[in-house]
Amino acid sequence: MFYREAGQFKTSYKADQALFPILQDKVGMAVILAVAFVLIPLTANDFFLTSIMIPFLVFSLAAIGLNVLTGYCGQLSLGTGAFMGVGAYAAYKLTTIFPDVNVVFLVLASGIFSALVGAIFGLPSLRIKGLYLAVTTLAAQFFLEWCFIRIPWLYNYNASGAIEVPTREMFGVIVSGAEATPIARYFVVLSVVVFIAFLVANVLRGRIGRSWMMIRDMDIAAELMGIRPLQTKLMAFAVSSYICGVAGAMMVFFWLNAAEPSSYSINLSFQILFMVILGGLGSLGGAFMGAAFIWILPVFLKFIPGTIGLEVGAETVQHLTFMIVGALIIFFLIVEPHGFARLWQIAKQKLRVWPFPY
Amino acid sequence: MKHFKNFALGSAVALGVALGGVVPQAAQAEDANYVPLLTYRTGPYAGSGIHIANGMADYLAMLNERDGGIGGVKLTIEECETGYDAQKGVECYEATKGKNALVYNPYSTGITLQLIPKASVDKIPVLSMGYGLSAAAVGGTFPWVFNVPDTYWDGASVVIKYIGEQEGGLENLKGKKIGYIFLDAGYGREPIPLLEQLASKYGFELLQYPVPGKEMQNQSSQWLNVRRDRPDYMVMWGWGAMNPTAIKEAVKIRYPMDKFIGVWWSAGEDDAAAGGAQAKGYKALNFSGVGMDFQALQDIKKYVVDAGKSPTDPESMGGTLYNRGVLNSVIIAEGIRAAQEKTGKKVLTGEDMRMGLESLNLDEARLAELGLGGFAHPMKVTCEDHAGSHPVFIQEWDGEKFVKVTDWIEPMKDVVRPLLEEAAKDYAEKNAPWPARTEACPN
Amino acid sequence: MLYDIFIDPFVQMYQMPDFFLQVLWEGFVAGILYALIALGFVLIFKASGVFNFAQGIMVVFAGLTLVGLYENGVPAFVALALTIVVMGILAYGIERVVMRPLVNQPDIILLMATIGLTYFLIGFGEFIFGGEPKRMIAEELWLPTGSTAIEMGERGLIILQHIDIAAAVIAIIMVTALGIFFNKTRIGRALRAVADDHQAALSVGISLNQIWAIVWFAAGLVALATGIMWGARSDVSFALEIVAFKALPVLILGGFTSIPGAIIGGLIIGFGEKIGELYWGGLVGGGIESWLAYIIALIFLLFRPQGLFGEKIIERV
Repeated sequence: MFYREAGQFKTSYKADQALFPILQDKVGMAVILAVAFVLIPLTANDFFLTSIMIPFLVFSLAAIGLNVLTGYCGQLSLGTGAFMGVGAYAAYKLTTIFPDVNVVFLVLASGIFSALVGAIFGLPSLRIKGLYLAVTTLAAQFFLEWCFIRIPWLYNYNASGAIEVPTREMFGVIVSGAEATPIARYFVVLSVVVFIAFLVANVLRGRIGRSWMMIRDMDIAAELMGIRPLQTKLMAFAVSSYICGVAGAMMVFFWLNAAEPSSYSINLSFQILFMVILGGLGSLGGAFMGAAFIWILPVFLKFIPGTIGLEVGAETVQHLTFMIVGALIIFFLIVEPHGFARLWQIAKQKLRVWPFPY
Repeated sequence: MKHFKNFALGSAVALGVALGGVVPQAAQAEDANYVPLLTYRTGPYAGSGIHIANGMADYLAMLNERDGGIGGVKLTIEECETGYDAQKGVECYEATKGKNALVYNPYSTGITLQLIPKASVDKIPVLSMGYGLSAAAVGGTFPWVFNVPDTYWDGASVVIKYIGEQEGGLENLKGKKIGYIFLDAGYGREPIPLLEQLASKYGFELLQYPVPGKEMQNQSSQWLNVRRDRPDYMVMWGWGAMNPTAIKEAVKIRYPMDKFIGVWWSAGEDDAAAGGAQAKGYKALNFSGVGMDFQALQDIKKYVVDAGKSPTDPESMGGTLYNRGVLNSVIIAEGIRAAQEKTGKKVLTGEDMRMGLESLNLDEARLAELGLGGFAHPMKVTCEDHAGSHPVFIQEWDGEKFVKVTDWIEPMKDVVRPLLEEAAKDYAEKNAPWPARTEACPN
Repeated sequence: MLYDIFIDPFVQMYQMPDFFLQVLWEGFVAGILYALIALGFVLIFKASGVFNFAQGIMVVFAGLTLVGLYENGVPAFVALALTIVVMGILAYGIERVVMRPLVNQPDIILLMATIGLTYFLIGFGEFIFGGEPKRMIAEELWLPTGSTAIEMGERGLIILQHIDIAAAVIAIIMVTALGIFFNKTRIGRALRAVADDHQAALSVGISLNQIWAIVWFAAGLVALATGIMWGARSDVSFALEIVAFKALPVLILGGFTSIPGAIIGGLIIGFGEKIGELYWGGLVGGGIESWLAYIIALIFLLFRPQGLFGEKIIERV
């Protein structure tokens, strides 16, 4: 009824394989982009932008990155946090070496370094599979974390061992550093995320994306059909790490302003993995939904008791947050192991047939 | 995937609008001064963090109960849990800064580093009492950051000075080995430049034993290395669960405890008690009084703790870290008082508070008046020097409690200050364009 | 450079034999403790195919319950008994609420569920017991404290901690007991049947739910033993949860399903880590312990992708 694709005929393969083959999707997408680019900047306050929207977008991007690897290529990774860190440190080094180059360009370029690192740590995936591979990606996590601490060149020999983001301008507007306004940072992050998300969506429906999914569904069968597992898997590792690296660089440049090695710890890897699983493996929209859930829910829980006048100690709130998040994760896994993306599909189906049950 | 973002953004926006609408109420109650406290009572560092948080909150609450606030204006105290996590710390900062926050106490070197550049933009001072960026002591470069009474570099110089005294003069340090075991994070790395400088000056060898944050409770390798290298003295920069583990391991390898000296953050009673009877002789720096023999602490007990208005365990009162938290709040309160005097206003802003902190002068008479005579060394902040390099003393664990064993020891100002200036310059260059100081000096 | 890598460490080992033996002893103790944690993982993985990330927090939770009860005036051994009961209830609860509804889900979902469980137990544990580190009641449980020094003539001395010796003894007893339990008892055989094939086990009348509750309970007991030992070495606090990561390389080295593998893997990692850190770590700035174990495991894996003792993976199209 509300979501009816009947009557929308395709006359060419091209139209049939378009990114948004259905009118409703096009309209929906346009509305979302309008909200993101116009409505939110007009109405939101600083707290909403800096503590909710910017981290949400950064995490969404990281979740897309991990989704490429885990959701589309079937390789479980627990090293996401470290790959994000590689992007952050690379971007920091690049901007100190080339202070005059546009910072957004450098952020995008920094992903290349993390792609290289990711591909190297992806090498064992040819021989090692499943949970064993997940544990070996922890080697990447701990080794890279160690590098961030022990190679002082990476943080320009700062006594504190942290990287601090210098002020950088773009088109006359300050976009990074403490003086950048939340609006400016928000626009940069949003543009990058939208750009990469569209790019990934296109890659996924093409030859490369399909070969990833073949490897995921059955690697031996894929190999028999002429997919080279080494190249395909390494490509997935590289693309995934590239996206994660860009997300990590944005995390420090447009959100936190400074980062210690502990910002890119194993906990971050878990957080991103949660977003991917809860959002739905193999779904880009799911990555956004998962990020929204995992990031916004704790913020929400943290600040709600105070605003409705409940006197609860700060630490009690923290404990309850942990318990609620943990319980909800288990709850959602039980109720819908395919994640929010699946829930959304069910919702679409309901909208399609409403008011009839079938 | 086809409908990507629809639901996500939709729900995010719905949630966000609800949230954005209610969270930062920009206008706090008109007649109160708002002091956010970034604390951590959870996570791996909670063991140290809880006492600090209690001390800070209790003293301010006591002022509210006993005096009705400061200058007749109540204090609104709000704790925000950071878990020693830099991301959550920034989130707390963003959520509370809109409520006319007067000052931030991050209690984490990592969070401090993130707030330093924001402080001058948002016009809210950062008070990192005895931690954070050492270079921030240079008021000309960092007008918004205060690390009174001492930087880590002051602390490190006192340790070396004390070791020199034990050896009968700094010149006898030549050829000695001094081990430095530290939490491998911004916090523990901060003193290294100064220690290296002193090592080359006095000819001792500095051996470093980093302890990664996630290996805090598994230090046997570091201490095996100590056993092999046999340093003449051990210096520790530890925090949270690292402290008790280190002291236990030191006992285990039979390291002579009287040659083991911790910084003021490794001075908790729980930390030393973990080592049992053999931990006797362990030493730590300190700059705040130990025990309950102070009128102000008795008042806290009477008005706040015994009245059931605080989660504090009465037995933990008077401990090193609890009293440290109290001293932190004394500095906040005196900063507010000074700012009220300077500006004539009762309800302050962050800018007023900056002036107040910069003209802080906590002399002996004032301390006695506060009911804290002898609690801390008199301290004074100037526009040039936001730390002041105040003297600290050394306390020793006697098996049950810490006992003060030295008089106040002056840091080596002549070594520390030039290094601080150099580091501040370096920081400003690395973070160019770093804003030049425009704030007038209130003194 | 080559001298530092290939010759100097061995010269040092020869010149300071007391120190080398001490390093070996520390590696042995660390290995035993890693093996204990890994054992908890193996038990659960064998019977249900769940990779139980929550083992680390179960260690903390068991230790906290024990100490928390003692601090509230319960005598030490009563507290120990009550903690065992609590771990039993926890095992039953996990089986009932988390595992049963998730039967037949892919590995990654089960893995995520145990991480969710970790979050829940962190919040729950801190909510009840508070975040301060607590002192383990080793003496009250009649565990030996103090240390013995063995003189080696003029070549120095080796210091052995009594608690470490106790840890080794207890670990060996636990492994033996579990071995007997698995091989000789009715429930143990049922467990192995479940591990081999869920459906076949069901069809011969073995109750999956009961078996899983027992396995989680056994893992809870292992967690309690680990918590006491690690707690006595440092303190019982939430930072201890991280030791679970130490067990993962042990697991991939030994194989997910092998109890002897967990022990031998633990020892290899324990020795390798300590010797590597103390004789080679200094060359690259130290602290290599945090990843060395993973690299050792990774190298082994490249030659045997199923671990040293894991079951051979046969793939069919």
